[in-house]
Amino acid sequence: MVSLFILAPFILLLALNLPFKFINAKAAFWLSAVLFLIQILLPLLDPWLPLGNHSAAFGHFFKFTLCLDSLALIMLFTIGIVVFISLLVARGTITTSKRYFNFINLLLVSLTGMNAAVLSADIFSLYVFVEITAVAVFVLMAIEKNRFAIEGTFKYLVLSMIASIFILSSIAFFILAAGEVSFAGIHSAFLAGTNIILLNFAAGLFLCGIFIKCGVVPFHGWVPDAYSEAQSAVSVLLAGIITKITGVYVLMRLFISVFIVKSSFQDLIMLIGIISIVFAALAAFRQDNIKRLLAYSSISQVGYIVLAIGCATPLAVLGAILHFFNHAVSKSLLFVNAASLEKKFGSSDISIITGLGNQLPVTGVTSLAGLFSVAGIPPFIGFWSKLIIIIALFNAQRFVYGGIALLISVLTLAYFLYMQRNVFLIKAASVAGDSPEPFFGLKFCEILLAAIIVGAGLGLPFILKSGFLQLNGFLH
Amino acid sequence: MTVRLVRSIMGLAITSAVLAVILYRLNSPLAAVFELSVCSGLISVIFITTVSFTQRISKERFFIRRRERFLKFLYLPIIIMAAGFLLVRCLQIPQFGLPAPAQVADVRLALWGLRHLDLLGQVVILIAGVFGVVVFFKEPDQ
Repeated sequence: MVSLFILAPFILLLALNLPFKFINAKAAFWLSAVLFLIQILLPLLDPWLPLGNHSAAFGHFFKFTLCLDSLALIMLFTIGIVVFISLLVARGTITTSKRYFNFINLLLVSLTGMNAAVLSADIFSLYVFVEITAVAVFVLMAIEKNRFAIEGTFKYLVLSMIASIFILSSIAFFILAAGEVSFAGIHSAFLAGTNIILLNFAAGLFLCGIFIKCGVVPFHGWVPDAYSEAQSAVSVLLAGIITKITGVYVLMRLFISVFIVKSSFQDLIMLIGIISIVFAALAAFRQDNIKRLLAYSSISQVGYIVLAIGCATPLAVLGAILHFFNHAVSKSLLFVNAASLEKKFGSSDISIITGLGNQLPVTGVTSLAGLFSVAGIPPFIGFWSKLIIIIALFNAQRFVYGGIALLISVLTLAYFLYMQRNVFLIKAASVAGDSPEPFFGLKFCEILLAAIIVGAGLGLPFILKSGFLQLNGFLH
Repeated sequence: MTVRLVRSIMGLAITSAVLAVILYRLNSPLAAVFELSVCSGLISVIFITTVSFTQRISKERFFIRRRERFLKFLYLPIIIMAAGFLLVRCLQIPQFGLPAPAQVADVRLALWGLRHLDLLGQVVILIAGVFGVVVFFKEPDQ
């Protein structure tokens, strides 16, 4: 059953490329939409997906083992939501059906990669599937083939290659020191303590590579260009889930299942997290383009997750996972809002669209929900995730980190309110026309994502109590 | 894409295959399989994507660039050799009491018996590469 998370998108990908006349962009859209909806629903059905190792065997030839745990379950759920939204956004923003068909194919490739990365039980398979996701995204980012998108892609590609060198070298050292690449084997080697210098060195190299993939400061150079210049649906995908899975998830997985880190390592990771939070929040103030502002905000919010992972207490890890979910959904919503504005006014520059946003009431209201959630205002899900992270930091006697994280939340609210005021709240002297909102699919995405943010925020105590998505497992 | 670029991509794939054979001959079949997995599939695809972004330059510019590149890296082999010599002769490299890596008797076993999930990954990456080529080379520019 669990193997279907990898095989179903792969089989659909093959089926869509069979030489039959009835397979076109429309059929591809509906089939993919059904698959993505199933991916959203399956993790919610506990009895269907028991946690633990799952072996898949297809005759004697094809056998592999996957590992499904609480973390993987939440990741699969989040991946499902974001790829579904990206599919809908692409329908309204990609103009030619051939390009849309190629987009769906590449979306399925990246889905296969992300699901396999989340379910893999060894560090090399994890790396292979992270790279598969990255390769699909390189192509997706440059799908419009405009100069700036290609420039952003090129930056991402070069930095991603550097990250790959770090990660591959580290895997070589892990094989040397632990004799194998499975999470359990490397964890046992850390526990045994022999070759600990080499293991720590390998862990350090791996972390360097992952920090580039996460896009945290000082490895963030590619993020603003990549997010702002890519096609709208690709921006949603990239900001919503790709960097989270290829970077943040890998960091979480290593800290939860593989590494046993020393306090000096923890301090370094927390320092990188707090630098990202502060630097990116200050840089966001200087941005005049909504997508670039959201990109810097993403770097800052990923900093919160890294900070919580570095803190490494069970409460901090729960906070990191909740903030991962909050950021994936809220940032997807804000990028969908940016796509609506771009579709209607042809630009996402705040100076150009100042005062025009009030023609899009749904976009304006949902944008407010998204920015409040990212800033950590109750009753949205972002309030809980930030609250848990800050409480965990104070509980772990990290008062300075906790204080800075709290202060920057206020700063986050300030730069988002500046954007909201300029785009949606003030009225322009000349109005571009009273045409309705551009595309129903975009409006539907905005309402759906806003409902998830509000619903998860209001229902979090119930969610934790009821064992929904096995989230309560992180509290013990 | 010119014939030369195709040759260079093929050259990269062949080099990685030769490296995999050398690793196998050095009694590291698992590393050989990893080399094949990463380089033959993944790097080739990325390389195709990268070269698709390049532009043709004039002959004069080509010769100027070649000369600049040559001058820039003239001393590189000497520096590398000197650094290697110094590292070996002067520095005490710490000796780790390393366990013997888990050896797999046969590269076929490593590829077909142990890493089935990575094989699926190889297929998916090739498909991603095909879509890269379709998007960059077959779709008309806007």
